[in-house]
Amino acid sequence: MKEHPFVIPFTIGLTFVILYTVVMWTIWVVRLTRREKKIIWKRLLTVKTLRGIWETIREGLFHRNIFKKNVILGFMHMSLAFGWFMLIVLGNLEARLYPHGLINPPYYPIFFEFFRHDLSPLREYEEIFTFLMDFFLLLVISGIGIAFFKRYKSKVMGMHRTTKHILIDRIALTSLWLIFPFRILAESVTAGLYNTGHFFTNFLGQQVIYGLPLDQLYYPSWWAYSIALGSFFVALPFSRYMHIPTEILLIFLRKYGVREKDSHSSYTNVELNACSRCGICIDSCQLSTDLGISDTQPTYFIRDLRYSKPSERLRETCMLCMRCLKACPVGIEITQIRKNERSEHQLFSPTSYSYLNGYAYPKAKVAFFAGCMGHLTPNIIKSTLLLLDAAGIDYTFIDRNGSICCGRPLQLNGEVDAAKQLIDKNNRLIYETGANCLVTTCPICASEFKKNYHMSIPIYHHSQYLWELTNQGRLVFNQSNLNVAYHDPCELSRGLGVVDEPRKLLKSAVVLTENSNQTKQNSLCCGGSLAITNTSAFQKSTIAASTVLQLANNTTDLIATACPLCKKTLAAAQNDVPVQDISEIMVKALMDSRKASLSEAKVKMASPKLEVVEEYK
Amino acid sequence: MIDFGYAPLKINIHDLDKADLSLMDWITARDESFRLCIACGSCTATCTAGNFTNFSFRELCHSIRRGEVEKAVRESEKCMLCGKCTLVCPRNVNTRNIIKLVRKANQNFRV
Repeated sequence: MKEHPFVIPFTIGLTFVILYTVVMWTIWVVRLTRREKKIIWKRLLTVKTLRGIWETIREGLFHRNIFKKNVILGFMHMSLAFGWFMLIVLGNLEARLYPHGLINPPYYPIFFEFFRHDLSPLREYEEIFTFLMDFFLLLVISGIGIAFFKRYKSKVMGMHRTTKHILIDRIALTSLWLIFPFRILAESVTAGLYNTGHFFTNFLGQQVIYGLPLDQLYYPSWWAYSIALGSFFVALPFSRYMHIPTEILLIFLRKYGVREKDSHSSYTNVELNACSRCGICIDSCQLSTDLGISDTQPTYFIRDLRYSKPSERLRETCMLCMRCLKACPVGIEITQIRKNERSEHQLFSPTSYSYLNGYAYPKAKVAFFAGCMGHLTPNIIKSTLLLLDAAGIDYTFIDRNGSICCGRPLQLNGEVDAAKQLIDKNNRLIYETGANCLVTTCPICASEFKKNYHMSIPIYHHSQYLWELTNQGRLVFNQSNLNVAYHDPCELSRGLGVVDEPRKLLKSAVVLTENSNQTKQNSLCCGGSLAITNTSAFQKSTIAASTVLQLANNTTDLIATACPLCKKTLAAAQNDVPVQDISEIMVKALMDSRKASLSEAKVKMASPKLEVVEEYK
Repeated sequence: MIDFGYAPLKINIHDLDKADLSLMDWITARDESFRLCIACGSCTATCTAGNFTNFSFRELCHSIRRGEVEKAVRESEKCMLCGKCTLVCPRNVNTRNIIKLVRKANQNFRV
């Protein structure tokens, strides 16, 4: 084997990137909390490790999550990652099988064709190796071709907007794109001179570029290949490509049960570095699609947080609707990170609600909590209470005389200390009612109760509770042919994972149609989110109108939702389709069913349950 | 000024020419919708915090306009950010943002 100095750039780059990765992994793992380290040790030798390996292969090499979203994008990532991986593996096998020895310097397999022109010692493997190497090289270059095309015509690939990259990302990207054309050049030149390739490089070397002075191109092409590799490796740790080594660690940490906490931690650092800035979150964000605000999405927020601190605008311009969370192929807990970042800039003091003393909720078995937004939509309260009455539930409307805010709006704005006071106060008051179950019409409250109150009693959103009652046969509805589209509130669908109960409930009374694929976990936000304060009323209604447009078509009679805030926002933005809460629709169906059964039996309307109905009319 | 032999108590006089309007200017520069308020009081009528204590967003707006900065800052802390006022406002004033701006002004500039 003849040594040659052209391997130096590659060797330096590779050594650097490996050392950097090892150091960073160590720092991140060492800085995890003691509890986290303990659970990792405990779970290290369990099936979770195997699952982690499987997910690393699935996501790291095949990019299944991106495939599920967009086949071309998935192919682009897969061809690059899997193709390159196979080139490395095959190159190593090839070099090991070659009767030179089992221990090779790292550059030997990478530049194998430079060192070995006569591949005949590989005997029967020569054909298969040269073929596979050419095949995977072709696969990788097809991926690079798509990536190059995507940079300029992303819309064709189904991405309306892609990330605008900073200098270091552009340097790394350019080096990455140059690696493979240079590799093809170097291998084609070698194949042209020494017949070392197969269908692809031999063809290029012997049929296409044979007219060029190949022996003069020989050294420069290998130099160029090595320099491109070296500069990519040196730029990698400082660019978005740090996600390649970091994501592996992230997958394992997540499998062992490490999660984002109430403030930034070492795990946050891993997540920040695992973001590839692919920009899939930009298209999922309604601020971008509806309002044209395309520079505050997680890709930019996480980038700024990784390098320094995001600006106030970046921090605050987000509805925390969690759509990006569902879209992210890496599974970074974007929403929690943004909330934690907000909580580092609190504006309210932890003693701001000292005036709340001396307030109490009445005693209750089933406590009904309307919440602030509920009080703004009395019809929802009335309808829900009517349904509870009709089912014969012994409930108490605990905040009839006004509720203390659940604390969710403060929480979403990062005011965790201020929210803590409301949570403590409300938690004690609800505990003192002696209730054994809490029902609320507001998914915002329900979400806060479930996530931050740590209550011992079950908490139901009214759609869940009413479905339970219907399921038990305690509520019977008249089936009508009203064509209803259901809007999933963010806090209910993505926040609490409640998507089936409201649908089942609606189906028992009306015809439910799904007009768009942006439903359930992928539902659109109504725009009225309490997590954002810097959008104007006009901007909010723009989002709401566009949501209605996607949700309803010209056969839709009614939009049903399960959140007072969504109802208000969607109804205020347009006049074409009426918007009603699920409880209002169900009350109508209940009344119809009562009327129908009464007229059939020709009985006087004297049922004790109907008196309740009259009372609320 | 004509001397009628009597005059308003000095303590009751609020001279708008001498008022400190820095907070109002700071807020208006960041949220134009502050100008839209017609002091109808819908926000106060629906206020969650106002149900428990003497807190009024309408009054807060007045304080800002009159340059009663300390009072505005003190009062703004009672808000729970629940957002009902934003929904009921007939003039589409971005009420929650204004509350947050008062808090920010307090933090950033110690007005």
